[in-house]
Amino acid sequence: MSVLEIRDVTKAFGATKAVDSFSLTVGDGELVCLLGPSGSGKSTLLRMIGGFETPTSGHVAIDGEDVTRVTPEKRPTGMVFQSHALWTHMNVFKNLAFGLKLRRLPEAEIKRRVEAVLELVGLGGFGHRATTQLSGGQQQRVALARSLVLEPKILLLDEPFASLDQHLRERLREEVRDIQQRLKITTLFVTHGQDEALALADRIVVMRDGRTEQAARPDVVYREPATPFVAGFIGTMNLVDGAVANGTFTHSGFTVPLPVGDGAATLAVRPEALEIVSANGGGMAKIHRVTDYGTHAIVDIELPDGTRLKSMTSEARDWSHGQPIDLKPRAFAAYRDNAAIHRSN
Amino acid sequence: MAHTLVEKRIDWTGILFAVALTIVIVFPLLVVGTWAFTNVWRYPSVIPQEFGLKFWQQTLARADVWSSITMSLSLATMVTLLSAIICLPAAYAFARMDFPGRSILFFSFLAGHAFPKFGLLVAIAGIFLQLNLIGTFWGVVLIQLVGTLLFMIWIPVAAFQAVDRRMEEAARDVGAGPFRVFWSITLPQAGPTIAAAVLLSFVGTFYETEGAWLIGAPQIRTLPVLMISFINNQPVIQYGAVLSVLLWVPSFIALLFARRVISSGSFAKGFGG
Repeated sequence: MSVLEIRDVTKAFGATKAVDSFSLTVGDGELVCLLGPSGSGKSTLLRMIGGFETPTSGHVAIDGEDVTRVTPEKRPTGMVFQSHALWTHMNVFKNLAFGLKLRRLPEAEIKRRVEAVLELVGLGGFGHRATTQLSGGQQQRVALARSLVLEPKILLLDEPFASLDQHLRERLREEVRDIQQRLKITTLFVTHGQDEALALADRIVVMRDGRTEQAARPDVVYREPATPFVAGFIGTMNLVDGAVANGTFTHSGFTVPLPVGDGAATLAVRPEALEIVSANGGGMAKIHRVTDYGTHAIVDIELPDGTRLKSMTSEARDWSHGQPIDLKPRAFAAYRDNAAIHRSN
Repeated sequence: MAHTLVEKRIDWTGILFAVALTIVIVFPLLVVGTWAFTNVWRYPSVIPQEFGLKFWQQTLARADVWSSITMSLSLATMVTLLSAIICLPAAYAFARMDFPGRSILFFSFLAGHAFPKFGLLVAIAGIFLQLNLIGTFWGVVLIQLVGTLLFMIWIPVAAFQAVDRRMEEAARDVGAGPFRVFWSITLPQAGPTIAAAVLLSFVGTFYETEGAWLIGAPQIRTLPVLMISFINNQPVIQYGAVLSVLLWVPSFIALLFARRVISSGSFAKGFGG
């Protein structure tokens, strides 16, 4: 059953449409990541689900009930802000108890629920602390607990880890995933970090200019990006614009057999799928630089017109600067008019 | 090590300013303070011939002094209270909402302070005369209320603007209505700066003289008004001096209170925001 249904929602600020005819259905217990660059409308969309913005047109329904014009305090959603937005004049316990008090729960019940949630986010016994005494990660955990304690139908996370360092971000990401699995809570997670989306999501919605580019499972988004934009946004991708003639894609000496009709095309190859082999004669390209990371090496390749490509290889020592090489993509996709026309795996 | 020591220079500019300030502020205060505790002080003696509390007893024995103290306190309390009730929601509206005429209205509060105050007061007195407000408590309340508007709007506006909107949204999110959010989140967050504004408005009202005199006289006599009439009409300096010292009391208490309430920088935040 769908918990959240967004139907044809548009949000315009003056002449610009932050969200443009967007539709999405989220199932019970699903964790959906809204992924996109800044300005793609993902935060605006989340704020419309939370009730902080009203759509210019379209509908938002939670549990089958239209909430398009319902104020935030009357929605069964819980929002975690990027800036955590803890109330600094209250201690941790009071931050968590505020919403429960508004619901007129008995004191003992409030205490029990607050302590249980603090335990859940790994902050048992922190109730009396001032929010300003906590580290960034702890503050974000309190913000998460403040939403969870009210047992919302939908948890909304607006780039909650963006202000934390990489190490902490990874740990909190896993904790959020664990908590989400345990509580089976429907979650929408806004991020501009593709690794975060790939690690967390049941489903990724890639957004661009207020529209959906692709909505699919993480592995599908990674392996079969629907558009060149998604291909370039998720992971590292070599994108080469060229022309197809007689079943062969060509760009500045780089040729790949491509069984599609003649015309312009964009070729997308992951670095790990771009094999380099020693050239017979002049070769398609030259080695520009080899960076050895120990477990693997990244080889920068330069085509005759100066276009740079990346290849990932397990052996760095075979290659050196200026060496002529040939390129053999093992798996690639081709796009024309913003849609995939060919995949080879 | 020795040559890394910085030669300690004498800060002549600072000393000059300190001396100038001392002469201008502290010296008159000292003279007035001394007069208040003097029984006899005749020319050409530099220090009084006789110290004593004679004039304190005489001053505090007067009924008009006590009634003016009560009047001043009740006026200042009433004006500050009304000002808070009117200005704080208005300041919130200025800080958070966009409505037609917002900027012009906002700067109009400056208008009352941009022109010679006495001319304005005389014009208002003319209107109050027709409304039978001259010589009444509420007439003075009204005129002093105008004087507090600038502080009580401008400082709280900056205080409210400094409150993180996400905090307010988070409160809406957990189920608080707009009024509850204002009461439980915005007001406490802006609290210290607003306390500063309230304090300023109380002390300012307590010392306000022209309005109280022009609108209130002769029925309404506040402490400063009484002091002026003492200074003008009494040949004895000590009456005025004792009242001056009495008038320091509220600002002294206010200062002590301010030191506790106002966290460092909130004044600056209020004015600078």
